[in-house]
Amino acid sequence: MNEILISGLLVIGSFFMLVAGLGMLRMPDLFLRMSCSTKAATIGVGTMLLALALYFEDLGVATRALATICFIFLTAPVGAHRIGRIAYLVGVRLWEGTITDELKGVYPADACLPFGQECLIPDIDAPEVRNDIEQGPE
Amino acid sequence: MILQAAIYYMVFPLLSVTLVLGFIRLLLGPTLPDRIIAFELMSITAAGIIVVSAITTNQAVLLDVASAWAIVSFLSVIAFSYYIEKWRGRP
Repeated sequence: MNEILISGLLVIGSFFMLVAGLGMLRMPDLFLRMSCSTKAATIGVGTMLLALALYFEDLGVATRALATICFIFLTAPVGAHRIGRIAYLVGVRLWEGTITDELKGVYPADACLPFGQECLIPDIDAPEVRNDIEQGPE
Repeated sequence: MILQAAIYYMVFPLLSVTLVLGFIRLLLGPTLPDRIIAFELMSITAAGIIVVSAITTNQAVLLDVASAWAIVSFLSVIAFSYYIEKWRGRP
């Protein structure tokens, strides 16, 4: 019975991880991708750690597993928020179907520019950017 | 018995497929933050693989490895975002 519960939790967790991977591949936008990967991967790892705590039936292991769950639940949104804010600031483009952008106009146009330079992260595979990289800064 | 079957026929293949999907996004993500979040997903998946390995090998010590791995993954994301913030306009 316990074994069935543990294997069910593990399968549910790995299914959530698979959903996170699919969202990472299929979503059209950095921010949608980040939402997918953060939420689904957090739930997936949390469920698998819960299965680990049930498997060993030991107080120390269960405590460490719960501490790791709490750590992941606390830090995944922090990392995602930081990456998302920086990506918005350096000018990663939103999806064309985005209907609301509440940060539009909040930051000045040169918020991320220490020296007032061009701020878009260029597409590394574009030919002119490739030439730029190969020639180096002027 | 059913636990071993579930792990070897369901959990490890699903996690491996997740790693492959994250790696595809890491290869073709158009901007740098895309690659960073793909890398974060891959490292969280690796933490999950370590947790499942703790069950298959019956070694509770691997849980400590998984929690340290989670800490290092979080710190790497913070460091990447810090360096993007300090970035001067060249990739």
